[in-house]
Amino acid sequence: MATIIVDNKSYSVDERQNLLAACLGHGLNVPYFCWHPAMGSVGACRQCAVKQFKDDRDQSGRLVMSCMTPVTNGTRISIDDPEALAFRASVIEWLMVNHPHDCPVCDEGGECHLQDMTVMTRHVYRRSRFPKRTHRNQSLGPFIRHEMNRCIQCYRCVRFYRDYAGGRDLNVFGSHDALYFGREQDGTLENEFSGNLVEVCPTGVFTDKTFFRHYTRKWDLQSAQSICSHCSLGCNTTASERSGILRRITNRFNSQVNGYFLCDRGRFGYEYVNSDKRIKHVRVQLDQDRTKTAAPQEASEVLNIIGARLRAAHGIIGIGSPRASLEANVALRTLVGPQQFFLGINEHEHQLLSKVLSVLWTGPVPSASIHDAEQADAVLVLGADLLNEAPRLALALLQSIRQQPMERVDDLKIPRWDEAAVRNAVQNRRGPLFLAGSQRTWLHDHATDSYVAAPDDIARLGFAVAGSIGQGAPSVSDLRGEIRELTHRVAEALGNAQRPLIIAGTGSGSLATIEAAANVAWALHRRGKAPRLSFVLPECNSAGLGLLGGGRLQGAFDSISQGKADTVIVLENDLYRRAEETQVDAFFDAAHTVIVIDSLENRTTTKADVLLPAATAVESDGTFVSQEGRAQRFYQAFVPEREIKEGWRWLSDMARAASQETDVDRGVTTWRNYDDVVSATARAAPELAHIGKVAPSASFRLMGQKIPRQSDRCSGRTSLIAHLTVHEPAPPVDHDSPLAFTMEGYRGPVPSPLISQFWAPGWNSIQAVNTYQDEVGGPLRDEMPGVRLIEPDATMAPAWFTAIPHPFQPRSDQWLLLARPALFGSDELSNHSPAIVERMAQPFLSLHPSDGARLSLDDHSMIDLTLEGKTYSLAVHLDPFTPLGTTGLFLGPDVFRGQVPAWVNLFKAVTIVPRRRVA
Amino acid sequence: MERPLTQHIHPDGTTRTLREYVKDGGYRCLQKLAAGLAPKDVQRLVTEAGLRGRGGGGFPTGTKWSFVPMGPDAPKPKYIVANGDEMEPGTFKDRVLMEGDSHGLIEGMILAGYALDAEVGYIFLRGEYHLSAQRLNQAIAEAYAEGYLGKTIPGTGFRFDLHLHSSAGRYICGEETALINALEGKRAVPRAKPPFPQTVGLWGQPTVVQNVETFYNLPHIVNHGAAWYHSLSHTQDGGTKIYGVSGRVIHPGWWELPLGTTAREILEEHAGGMANGVRFRGVLPGGISTAFLVEKHLDLPLDFSSLPPQVGRLGTGTMIVLDDHTCPVGFVLNLERFFARESCGWCTPCREGLPWVARILTSFEEGHASKDDLALLDMHTKWLAPGHTFCGLAPGAMAPLQSALQYFREDFEQHISRGRCPWSKKPAQLKVLV
Repeated sequence: MATIIVDNKSYSVDERQNLLAACLGHGLNVPYFCWHPAMGSVGACRQCAVKQFKDDRDQSGRLVMSCMTPVTNGTRISIDDPEALAFRASVIEWLMVNHPHDCPVCDEGGECHLQDMTVMTRHVYRRSRFPKRTHRNQSLGPFIRHEMNRCIQCYRCVRFYRDYAGGRDLNVFGSHDALYFGREQDGTLENEFSGNLVEVCPTGVFTDKTFFRHYTRKWDLQSAQSICSHCSLGCNTTASERSGILRRITNRFNSQVNGYFLCDRGRFGYEYVNSDKRIKHVRVQLDQDRTKTAAPQEASEVLNIIGARLRAAHGIIGIGSPRASLEANVALRTLVGPQQFFLGINEHEHQLLSKVLSVLWTGPVPSASIHDAEQADAVLVLGADLLNEAPRLALALLQSIRQQPMERVDDLKIPRWDEAAVRNAVQNRRGPLFLAGSQRTWLHDHATDSYVAAPDDIARLGFAVAGSIGQGAPSVSDLRGEIRELTHRVAEALGNAQRPLIIAGTGSGSLATIEAAANVAWALHRRGKAPRLSFVLPECNSAGLGLLGGGRLQGAFDSISQGKADTVIVLENDLYRRAEETQVDAFFDAAHTVIVIDSLENRTTTKADVLLPAATAVESDGTFVSQEGRAQRFYQAFVPEREIKEGWRWLSDMARAASQETDVDRGVTTWRNYDDVVSATARAAPELAHIGKVAPSASFRLMGQKIPRQSDRCSGRTSLIAHLTVHEPAPPVDHDSPLAFTMEGYRGPVPSPLISQFWAPGWNSIQAVNTYQDEVGGPLRDEMPGVRLIEPDATMAPAWFTAIPHPFQPRSDQWLLLARPALFGSDELSNHSPAIVERMAQPFLSLHPSDGARLSLDDHSMIDLTLEGKTYSLAVHLDPFTPLGTTGLFLGPDVFRGQVPAWVNLFKAVTIVPRRRVA
Repeated sequence: MERPLTQHIHPDGTTRTLREYVKDGGYRCLQKLAAGLAPKDVQRLVTEAGLRGRGGGGFPTGTKWSFVPMGPDAPKPKYIVANGDEMEPGTFKDRVLMEGDSHGLIEGMILAGYALDAEVGYIFLRGEYHLSAQRLNQAIAEAYAEGYLGKTIPGTGFRFDLHLHSSAGRYICGEETALINALEGKRAVPRAKPPFPQTVGLWGQPTVVQNVETFYNLPHIVNHGAAWYHSLSHTQDGGTKIYGVSGRVIHPGWWELPLGTTAREILEEHAGGMANGVRFRGVLPGGISTAFLVEKHLDLPLDFSSLPPQVGRLGTGTMIVLDDHTCPVGFVLNLERFFARESCGWCTPCREGLPWVARILTSFEEGHASKDDLALLDMHTKWLAPGHTFCGLAPGAMAPLQSALQYFREDFEQHISRGRCPWSKKPAQLKVLV
């Protein structure tokens, strides 16, 4: 630590920081633009000038840029020095030479960093009397609006997009005062993290196009803390609503998980909540003919009907869901009893999930948070397509490859925050990143080495690496020469690292890959390294569901077909995505009563005798467990329409309705509010015992007050329904959380899971996060970043996995069908968001060109895929990175997602289809 | 008077052949290296000679070299870059050398490479210098053929490779770090210092970037020694300098003269004095990013140490003369337009401030300016100072403006009071009363 003197007061600061970060960390307001806590300093905007003095006798001092000045013990500066103040005001005046005066019609208005900084510098009067320069804006696709005239040329967008996120299609063009930040020509921004431009841009050049379609000023938004439900990483988000419409998703800082950035699926996939496919009313099918659609029913009546059905049932089974909250699953499990609770995932996925959890439980190696992944100094990815399955983790890996070259930076005594200098010193040097999988993405361009092969060969590589690291791990003898060399390179790089990370996917459907990853991590652990493991899981609460435990889906089918039960409750799950169509049809046909709780119409909801509208994650209180095993709480951003309720609430209401008046209150029937559900969850499985520590309980108060979801300046609350009535209804009461649906309440520091919007006086933009951190860029003050439910015992020494698969052998007449996940298309819920739909590719099947030649297929020609008796017609993409003998099925919506990998027959389609040819 | 740099340059504009160059003693110093002159000795000679960078900054070359990591643990490769991006308006001294005597640059670069154990050199050449490019390419090919380049210098174990790179053309490429970025294929934006190029330069490796003219001095220092080099100069800075004059003088041109020659001597003896009917008002001593010198400064020796900082600096030594038939405001406007256009756009004060200054000066010329505009110009000269901006471009742009505001303020005020440019033939603007 060093002591610096700012305006004659002493402050203790970390000397690895620059002056700007040090000042901000102490709550001293120094305005800035180009600096970003995650992206360091480049010294472009000159906004953060302060006066530095040589010593206490130096009265004149000189202006320095605080972001470019290292902290040294005894540094003496003044922020309030008149010359520094005047210079900073001048910087704003220069920026305003060209910045339009369009705040009233700008989407950024009210949360604009430029507005905040303008006020901070006290600049008021613009002396430039000349015309402002103008630009033509670009159409950048469904996510981002572009308004170049507002640009203040801070270079943050290109620094994020290109340097941080590996994007290529955004750049800066031109020079002097005619700079242009955009694409080479109009077109969709391709990078998976483009949405962060909205938050990275300090003003309104890049704004959220989906938000624009139902725009509301930030101060009028009612916001709550949410957890992204579109992959298994559990990124923290802020969900914001006004008048019953979910308006937008923004990043919510969590130092251990997502930090400052989200992926585009997480940010723009939210609109399914507003979808017209939402189930908004209870529907009941009174006669047994499910060919007729269920009719709307009074909500009060339906519970009586359900109660009667459940009382009359001969056995009730429940099918849980990896996309429903832990609490909803626990409620269902409690209602039907643990023996009658089934996980609702397909057989194969069930095995993979159990394997992953057992590796994490029984092995010595801990799982990795996204933050850990960023810090890893060597990474091996086995059988995961991170950009499409867990994109925020891919973004972390792009940072991890900078870890090893940082040693050179330290040797040269360049501070790590000096981003431009770091990049100049590092140049193209990259730390080790090895990608082994069945398809190629642009992430491979950043890899040290990559290996594209069938899942069995990927697993063999993993086993071989573990064997090569040694420590007794079984080795693979019959490797081809080049693979053997690759194995040695990987083993050497991992062995030389201090914090190696092994990532394995479940998407390839290969159990052996998971075992191989475990062997590698365990071998490194025995070598005295501090490795981490990360397993990409299919859905947002797969880990939570797995920890809760339950029967296999086949077991559910069997209990109905064997007559052990006649009533089934399906919780937020479309079984047609889980099992073969004929099997599911038979299952529903055999069940006497089918009760479905879900939020969006799907094929399963059409089979419901009783359909109950479920709240989505942003309309619920609940907990998701991420792939890391981190339990994180999310809160209702708003109360949904009258009949829509959280899954767990429906289930406890059902339990009460079903219980006879003579029954003693027990289980679900005693639940009154969310805290009761949490306590029940903590008791449901030993692994979940600490679930109550994730966030403060519903009774939590500060100064006797709840914490408001609305901003201090929320306006128009009374006018929202003024066309109907001038009487203002009372705001809804929230019995389930310490939050309130009002603007009144406690306005001071709150525990981090309860921060609904980052805001501080003078800091209206997302940059207000700085004011919640003791050290800028570090954890939030008193951060509660969720609870890791799986912390392994480092002394464990489980037996090695030895089931090394045989090398993959292509067949002459069949192809191994592999899943080809897509960022836009593979996630069930986000597929109902219009902006995501615009980005979805057409369904296709990828084939190696020589396999294409065997079937005499051209690119884009049609093919018939025969799978479990059904034939699908798909376009072919000839792709040299598809392993020979395999075929990759793009997992778009409405594509069968049964068990993969599977051997399939392919035939050139006989139907004459006009070929799409590119001229 | 000795003129080591230019005495053999053909007056007819043709270039010297390799044979001529060698006949007159060219590449002789390589034999000295072979005879045991160690890299350390070359460094010491250059330091003792008091050679200062000829690109305008005047930084002592020996000091610059001393920051380059040396020894067996030093990062490899290291690079030598010749800054031939001579885009300073009014400056053409490097072109004279490169066109007339291409081999001198190559030999100088080999010496620098030897002294610093840097095995690769680049010449970063102004894009418009087609003739220089042609002749340098020819000379490089000859030097390769003769084994001066690309082959180990006998007895030294050192070999040097040299590449010529023609710029795509921005003034900012003359700034050494922007030049490095351009050479790497990146946007020509300056880099923050520290780290200096001597430690983190081209492709992240130790790099020395020097002006072309500086390299030309090296073989002569090695051949004749530091004492001889000092004897060439009138002042404490060693050697000769190519001075040039443009503007309304009788004989515009260039001359190699002892460093420290006064402006009066150059203007009156070598350039023949002012042309008939025009009077001297001021001179920019070396390119347009230097402050005006006026009559009272003409007897100061023009070198890198004698001009008081508050008066100005030598810059490149190629002068532009302002006479009384030219409007000083229009003159400065022309400069500021150039600077505004050539700003790289990286930092705010330069990117936004310079175009604003240019527009204000335009309004002076058009007769729209007011007293407030004068205050705005003063504000810019105060704020666009070294350290406030990312690099030296904007402070350089303020040097002529600030000195013009100091020495020719009444001319600025006349533009305001008369509502027109006093030198313009156009009638005054009608003041519209609202």
